[in-house]
Amino acid sequence: MHALKVTGLHKTYRGGHVALRGIDLEVEEGDFFALLGSNGAGKSTAIGIVSSLVTKSGGRVLVFGHDLDREPEEVRRCIGLVPQEFNFNQWEPVEEIVINQAGYYGIPRREARARAERMLRQLELWDRRRTQARELSGGLKRRLMIARALVHEPRLLILDEPTAGVDIEIRRSMWAFLQELNRNGATIILTTHYLEEAESLCRNIAIINHGCIVERSRMSELLNRLHVETFVLNLAARLAAAPNLPGYEARLLDPVTLEVRVNRDQGLNRLFELLTEQDVEVVSLRNKQNRLEQIFIGMIDDAREGARAP
Amino acid sequence: MSRWRRYRIAFETLLIKEVLRFVRIWIQTVLPAAITTALYFIIFGTLIGGRIGEMDGYPYIDFIVPGLILMAVITNSYSNVVSSFFSAKYQRHVEELLISPVPNWVILAGYVGGGMARGVVVGVAVTLVSLLFTEVRVHSYMLTLVVFVLTSVLFALGGFINAVYANSFDDISIVPTFVLTPLTYLGGVFYSIDMLPTLWQNVSLANPVLYMINAFRFGILGVSDIDPRLAVLVILLFIAGLTAFALSLLSRGVGIKN
Repeated sequence: MHALKVTGLHKTYRGGHVALRGIDLEVEEGDFFALLGSNGAGKSTAIGIVSSLVTKSGGRVLVFGHDLDREPEEVRRCIGLVPQEFNFNQWEPVEEIVINQAGYYGIPRREARARAERMLRQLELWDRRRTQARELSGGLKRRLMIARALVHEPRLLILDEPTAGVDIEIRRSMWAFLQELNRNGATIILTTHYLEEAESLCRNIAIINHGCIVERSRMSELLNRLHVETFVLNLAARLAAAPNLPGYEARLLDPVTLEVRVNRDQGLNRLFELLTEQDVEVVSLRNKQNRLEQIFIGMIDDAREGARAP
Repeated sequence: MSRWRRYRIAFETLLIKEVLRFVRIWIQTVLPAAITTALYFIIFGTLIGGRIGEMDGYPYIDFIVPGLILMAVITNSYSNVVSSFFSAKYQRHVEELLISPVPNWVILAGYVGGGMARGVVVGVAVTLVSLLFTEVRVHSYMLTLVVFVLTSVLFALGGFINAVYANSFDDISIVPTFVLTPLTYLGGVFYSIDMLPTLWQNVSLANPVLYMINAFRFGILGVSDIDPRLAVLVILLFIAGLTAFALSLLSRGVGIKN
């Protein structure tokens, strides 16, 4: 069953700005799905329509088979939303925000309290339950938004840049939490500007650009399309010039850092053989750029050039 | 769980939230009305009222009691909803409701219920203050209660509609300053329209607040410039009209959805 099925979704804002140009999208139940795109591409509009915050101009939205036009309440019951910007009452205590949200979904107050406690404990906010939301740090506010979105146990969780502005430690713990949630059956749709986040968490991906879906595939298939990868090698000893590496494009970034471009069919074994022959000892290596980021930038550039073409 | 039970829980949640909001800041929400009314009683009732004598057969201080109570109800039920809903829009936590399966009429009922609750709490506080200055004898408890509640509902609806259209904090003070206050002061709080020339009596009849104050005055004193049945009918018609309008604004997402 599709957790989300969007057909011909179209949005023109007042003033004439076309944000979505008839997108089609399907997300399977249980998926961890990435929806990527640059700023203004239409991601937040699409999410806004699915979660009832934005009125669509055309198209159809089905959530677990429920039609947004005909069964809006059923659709909303299925969805939990963590929006991009903080949108809770800053003056309310943390616990009340979560309890009230449960109440809007028809959960009796006693049960809402129990659920709020469970969520706040899981997200390490229980000790701050009586704190006014405005007094929380950015990372804790993000966790509060997740707790609020999950209190009615939605089948589909939509996260719109949930880790924006969050330090790496909290980001990692949120990743672990979301993975656990997904393993327990929740379908998750994630938009993010941290492409390594999408690469490590998501199984399927769609890329949206200028209101159109320009890519829709499995993450692994997409990454396999990368023909050239750039590696950065940290060297044990200083070099005066880049070593001679026939077939590879290499340059010395500084005396102990070498950058090498490797075609997919070349592999790394031959590169290391050449380096060993020249007594160059490698201490460590890393991808210069996240793989998904490379593909994403390539696609956006292609789309731009396509738009410029006569 | 039945749909209606879910709606009831959502309504209660919203109502509790709204009531807690004004109770937490009672020094800003309840106390000022009590102090202002006490000042009205001291100045217009005791100091000036003593020289005015009787109006419609009652000492002036007794005559103004119903109007002052209802004036507090009107301003507080209106301002509670306008500030609460505009704040929800401004801080965007109205989105908590928009994404949840709460129908528009429950959202409206929750906010109006909160405004009504503040109107009633302040109305009771002002009534208690008035007891310090005069004796309040109620002619008809039923009519007094009906007008008291309906008026707070009506102005809570007005506050909601104002908040929907408001784009800034200035926008939520324009209507109370330039519409609500003149209508209330010219609605017969401090005088009987019998004192006015015929032309202005007729003009006054177009003021909906006049009907509320007179119906409430009839409930307490048993005297009125307007037939209380007509007054209640007018209030009910206004409530029906504003409810329909507020619901249409919500369903079209005016001011709250892109």
